[in-house]
Amino acid sequence: MGKILEAKNVNKFFRKPVEFHVLKDISLAIESGEFVSIMGKSGCGKSTLLYILSTMDSDYDGELFLKERPLMGLDQDELAKIRNEDIGFVFQFHYLLAEFSVLENVMLPAKKLGKKSYEEIEHDAMEKLKLLGIQDQALKMSSRISGGQKQRVAIARALINDPSIIMGDEPTGNLDTKNADNVFNIFQELAHDQGLSLLVVTHDDDFAQRTDRIITMEDGLIIS
Amino acid sequence: MKLGVILSISKTHLLSRKKQTIIAALGVTFGIGAYIIMMSFMTGLNGLLDGLVLNRTPHVHLYNEIVPSEIQPLDYVADFKDDVKIVHSIKPKQSQNRIHNALALMSFLEEQGDVRGVTPMVKAQGYYMAGSTKLNGSIMGVNVMQEAELYNLNDYIVAGSAQALEMNENGILIGKGVADKLSIGINDYVQISTLSGDVYPLKIVGLYQSGLAEIDDIQSYVNIKTAQRLMGESIEYITDINIKLYDMSLAPQFAKDIEKMHDLSATDIQTANAQFETGTAIRNLISYAVSITLLIVAGFGIYNILNMLIYEKMNDIAILKATGFSGQDVQRIFISQALIIGFIGGLLGLLLGYGVSYLISRAPFETDALPTVKTMPVNFEVSFYIIGIIFAMISTFFAGYFPAKKAQRIDPVEIIRGQ
Repeated sequence: MGKILEAKNVNKFFRKPVEFHVLKDISLAIESGEFVSIMGKSGCGKSTLLYILSTMDSDYDGELFLKERPLMGLDQDELAKIRNEDIGFVFQFHYLLAEFSVLENVMLPAKKLGKKSYEEIEHDAMEKLKLLGIQDQALKMSSRISGGQKQRVAIARALINDPSIIMGDEPTGNLDTKNADNVFNIFQELAHDQGLSLLVVTHDDDFAQRTDRIITMEDGLIIS
Repeated sequence: MKLGVILSISKTHLLSRKKQTIIAALGVTFGIGAYIIMMSFMTGLNGLLDGLVLNRTPHVHLYNEIVPSEIQPLDYVADFKDDVKIVHSIKPKQSQNRIHNALALMSFLEEQGDVRGVTPMVKAQGYYMAGSTKLNGSIMGVNVMQEAELYNLNDYIVAGSAQALEMNENGILIGKGVADKLSIGINDYVQISTLSGDVYPLKIVGLYQSGLAEIDDIQSYVNIKTAQRLMGESIEYITDINIKLYDMSLAPQFAKDIEKMHDLSATDIQTANAQFETGTAIRNLISYAVSITLLIVAGFGIYNILNMLIYEKMNDIAILKATGFSGQDVQRIFISQALIIGFIGGLLGLLLGYGVSYLISRAPFETDALPTVKTMPVNFEVSFYIIGIIFAMISTFFAGYFPAKKAQRIDPVEIIRGQ
């Protein structure tokens, strides 16, 4: 099992309104197939860390590797390509494009990647929706389905390009217990059956306790 | 394939907010439509006004000008070669009005490749008399059929015809102003008194109206032989030679060459009618200024709508970026929306412009100045339509560029964490 994601001595400062040391010398590694959660109080820097690990925030000091490949110094377009191919996202809010159908939302990142034909992408997207049990909603507009369903669509979208890692920023934060359970089970299956790595920031103790490993943060430091 | 994704997103954006898309496109439509209408009508009018003078003006006009000699006897004295010489009270030498050896010169000119036609002219001064009225007049002896062919004489004949004059050696084609003042009409007789005092009766075979009062009030046409007879001169007597070239722009050079070769004055059309080109240029400038203003206003409309769209779509932009669309992809999404609006609006603008121009060209327009013109002059030139659509695309591109640039710079982390 190799390291999918590795951070070495990552430091992050907020410069506005006053200089603030958010992340202090963070080092961590995620193995492939590992389901990791990050916990900590509000403002401890866990989300900041996640966005740095996700390549969306490139304003940091230190080293970052995705599948052994260094990510420091790459420009935004190259990072976008890496996100497209290797990283799937699930946020607290679903962030679906309201004017597109569920199927189109799932297909979009694959169309951007452009490695497959339209038919293949459509087939894959249906497969992912089936995996998440919402294939019957495929042709509905994404604004017309329930919250829990939207989150599952967002997961399907995260999976469409078969990424190496899925990152979640409180993916269950906005869901009721039943739906949250559902999402957790889906994640667990993905990690254990498909060997996908997962890195999830959460406030939910129950959720975190069931993951493979918990990283606890406080004041910009990893304490366990 | 990637462009397809981008276009499908822009299409969805545009279609999901049809009302705003239509309003933005209509802005372009009216801008381009107004441009086409203005240019078609303005240049049509320009053409008409220019034609008023330029069509019937020879490209090069040859004549004998009575001027004092440039070289005075003193200049031949070598002793004063480098001195400043002042000669007072120089007078021109009395010389003949007619062009020397005109017939030979004409046949020489006709052989030149650039020349479309050469027409002789005999200018005679005299008086028109009918009853007790006596009017100052200028009588042009011309080769009528040639004149009709090269200088559209027929367009300005309001009664009678050029052929009637050709057939009648005692006929005259008289200016409408003259006829009105003398209260005479077609088939009446007018007495022409020449400077030498002889009086000839000529039959009016046609009335002529150029639209320029100062011409219509004094000028008339007769056959060249008639004019020579009025002057008591031979068939060799020709006072002016008019040349029409195939390409008007060659006129200045052509005039210069003839002046150098022959002892003659030559005036080209550009020098004679400089004010017309200036007028045309200024009218075109005004049309362009107004159209560009309209398009810029339309551009601001598009800018506004796209700007609002981007604020509305912040979340979409953030998620597109998070899932791997680059800033440039996002920029392209919005620029392509602007271009689609520009293209559709522009095409409709061309149709609108064509339709309204067509209506204008059917509208009645009658004026004394232009007896043969019955409807509004409109110039249906293809280049206006090409420029119109290109302009639509360029202005909408810039209207989309700045909002798109803003969308490109949106930081997804800020949007996603801000929720």
